[in-house]
Order: sequence, then structure tokens, then C-alpha cells
Amino acid sequence: MAATTAHKHPNYMAIFWYLAALTVTELAVIFMPLPKLTIGVLLVALALGKAAMVAMYFMHLRFETRTLGLIAVTPLVIATLLVFVVLPDGFAVDHQTAVKKPAAHAPAKH
Amino acid sequence: MRATSLDWPIPFNVLGINLTAFMTFLLICSSVTMVKALEWLGKGDRIRCRWFLFFTALGGAIFVSLQAYEWSKLIREGLHINGNPWGASLFGTSFFIVTGFHGLHVTGGVIYLLSIIRYVTNRLDPAASYNAVEITGLYWHFVDLVWIMVFTFMYLL
Repeated sequence: MAATTAHKHPNYMAIFWYLAALTVTELAVIFMPLPKLTIGVLLVALALGKAAMVAMYFMHLRFETRTLGLIAVTPLVIATLLVFVVLPDGFAVDHQTAVKKPAAHAPAKH
Repeated sequence: MRATSLDWPIPFNVLGINLTAFMTFLLICSSVTMVKALEWLGKGDRIRCRWFLFFTALGGAIFVSLQAYEWSKLIREGLHINGNPWGASLFGTSFFIVTGFHGLHVTGGVIYLLSIIRYVTNRLDPAASYNAVEITGLYWHFVDLVWIMVFTFMYLL
């Protein structure tokens, strides 16, 4: 953040239309006849693109120093690593909400 | 959680995305009004700045109201923090915790924006409140940025 009003102001309306178009694209992607993994990758890519536009143009990161950009990106890298660290725990057991069936009555012993 | 669960419901079938797509659009609009507020303040126009700050707060207030409506509808349909009729109980848990904290973030932002309107009103020199409005903008755009992720990961994926 600069202490003066010397920021460049990008074309905010253009950014707005890009974000709106990317949102519509996201909605279209989920109904496309594509493999689940492809849809997932596309959605994540679109979301990252939108988030990057907000950070770069609305939050003016594009016009700040490289150091500030690195400070903003570092936690994202760490968070991504964290996901991979905890992922093996998730796959260690199959998770399914238990539907407990009533125990079958054992035949009475006579 | 989602990737490792065998019975995670398909979110957009359960939650419905028409309303949330509109809410996403609303937050994007409020981000634009926020940058416009800062732009006008930079040009020395406090009146327009205050109006755009007000529109931003209004967008946030409508967003929270729609979220309250969405929550009450889903709760009536059976989505609870500890279970739901469609599958993994963690689905409801993660939904309410993630969207709830985001809703709190938005609510805090609306209060912040309303107080910053007063701050701008009390300072006749636009340059005196420029930094405060820019910091408010960073808060508000982060609300938008987080919602972009929440919308994708909670509703679409």
C-alpha cells in the first residue's frame, strides 16, 4: 500500500466484466460432459484466475513492489504444502458416514 | 475431506447455486464500488467516495441477508452441522463453518465500512482519509477473494 494517491488505476469495469465472465464460465463448466478430474482442475484454475485478478487489480498488488507480492504468495505456497502433508491421513481409511443397521436378532436358544 | 469421503453429496445438487451465483455477482459488484470509492477520494471528491462506500456496505448487507435466507432454507431441508440426509455428516459441518466464518467476515466488513464513512465525513481534507479507505478496501477485497474460493470449493466442486 502506498502512502500517497499515486496509484495507477486500472480499468476497473473491464476487470469487473472479466470476473463476471469467469463466474459464468465456472457455472457452465460444472454441467459440461467432462471427466470429474478435468472439471475439478478447470474450476480450480478459474477460481485461482479470479482470485489473482482481485488481488492484482482491486487490491493493487500489480502496482506494488515485488517484495509485497512475495509476502502475499508465501502463505499460499505453505498452505498448499500443508494440504499435501495431511492428504495421506485422509486416504488412510475410507470415510463413509456409518449407517448403523439394527442388529439382527439372534435366534432364541431353547 | 471431500476427496477422501465415499458419500460426499454433490454440493450443487443439494445447495442450489442460482442464489449463490447471484451472491457472487453481488460481491464482485461491491468490490467495484469499493475501488470507485477510493478512486473518487483520490480525485478529492469526498461526497462520491461516501456514496460508493455506502453502496459497498449495502452490497455486503444484502449478501449477509441472502446468506441468512439460504441457511434457514437448508436447515429446514435437513442440512445440519452434525448431519444431513444426503451423505457425509462432515458436509454440513464444513458448509456451516466455512460459510459462517465468511458471513462473519462480511458482517465485520459492513460495520467497518459504515464507520469509515463517518471517518471520511469528519475529515475535510480527502488526503487525510485516503490511507484509511485504502486499508478498508484491502479488507473488503479479501472478503471477495475468499468468497471466490468458498463458492468454488463448497458449491461447485
